[in-house]
Amino acid sequence: MEKYLIAFVIGGTICVIGQIMLDVFRLTPAHMTVTLVVTGAILGGLGLYEPLVKFAGAGASVPISSFGNSLVKGALSEAKSTGLVGVLTGIFEVTSAGISSAIIFGFLASLFFKPKG
Amino acid sequence: MLQGHQSWVFDKHPVIISTGVAGGPFEAAGALADDFDILHDDTWLGQESFEKAEKKLLEEACEKAIDKAGMKKEDVHFFLSGDLMNQIISSSFAARTLGIPYLGLFGACSTSMAGLAVASFIINAGGASHVLAAASSHNSSVNKQYRYPTEYGAQNPPTAQWTVTGAGAALVAAAGEGPRVTGATIGRIVDLGISDPFNMGAAMAPAAVDTIEAHFRDFNVDASHYDLIATGDLGRVGHNIAGDLLIKHGVDIPEDKFTDCGLLIYKDNQPVIAGGSGCACSATVTYGHLLNRMRRGEIKRILVVATGALLSPLSYQQKESIPGIAHAVVMEREGD
Repeated sequence: MEKYLIAFVIGGTICVIGQIMLDVFRLTPAHMTVTLVVTGAILGGLGLYEPLVKFAGAGASVPISSFGNSLVKGALSEAKSTGLVGVLTGIFEVTSAGISSAIIFGFLASLFFKPKG
Repeated sequence: MLQGHQSWVFDKHPVIISTGVAGGPFEAAGALADDFDILHDDTWLGQESFEKAEKKLLEEACEKAIDKAGMKKEDVHFFLSGDLMNQIISSSFAARTLGIPYLGLFGACSTSMAGLAVASFIINAGGASHVLAAASSHNSSVNKQYRYPTEYGAQNPPTAQWTVTGAGAALVAAAGEGPRVTGATIGRIVDLGISDPFNMGAAMAPAAVDTIEAHFRDFNVDASHYDLIATGDLGRVGHNIAGDLLIKHGVDIPEDKFTDCGLLIYKDNQPVIAGGSGCACSATVTYGHLLNRMRRGEIKRILVVATGALLSPLSYQQKESIPGIAHAVVMEREGD
């Protein structure tokens, strides 16, 4: 039960930060999303995001900041095994499933549905 | 004809012999549904795109106005129209269908009264016997261009307004039965530095106040001269700002006389946030609701101050502020 509570609080806190960026700092939705991704990437690079995921579980792995962490994680691990070029080849290593499914399901949805307006 | 510094008085009293007003499903569920000539239950109007649907609304409103006057397209000398799309495609493409000699106007949501003022000027000067003035907007095409496509799911702040899906057209003639257009005041750009496209009402309110003051000055009248003074689409936020500004400037307009088309068009329980907006907001409310009230004799002389936010998506991305404008037109019941 405690696990759920921690996931809710941490995940909720990340969302509140996003909402504050929209409402108080008047960022556009795109700027807000990118800011969270970049923050996740920086925290991941500093080795701080993984401990957060261990602590909060889905509370930290579901929000978009986790995407930034995954980009860096893929790049770093590939760089370790293949050298500097690995930064380029590894960046979408971990995230490719998410990106590919976004494209494929987006495409499929557009075949069958019309925007409602 | 020039009156004061920036106004025209139309001494030959051009007549609005007929109007055509079309709207979408959200307007059909609104507070003024009875004042629309044509209402659709589908925002697509059976078209392939929202832009084509908007063009169709505009065509319908224009054809309705011509039809109600018992005339043919060929009898209309000029067509003045504008909308919010890039390169005002709704108007130009509707003009392609109508085949009436056409002048495109861009005044954003102030276009309705800009068109009516110019149409009346042409009639008054003997430049034509029949001129059609129209404006249109579509919620989905406007959201796509200026804000975010609805499907993107971006949140709207409490100051955001709901763009009216619809079109309004007025057929102005040198003679005939109907409300008379007796004067107009052309506004200047007022920009107090607001750059938030989700707060258009606040951006346009100072322009509305500037034009109302100029109108009173040029015609040497005050609010008591009118039964109703309606701004175009300031919404709740902008309407309150305009009210405060008028008080600050020492202009007294009683609350029951001062309204906004964006506050009239929808019901309180509709999720329109701060109220209606868009070219069609002042066009449909004026050519439908307000002129119907005038025809019924409930109001005799009104001033409609259509407000426009002259931004483009590009200017907003480059962090430019929003230039506001407002044009005012006086309409009077005939015989009074």
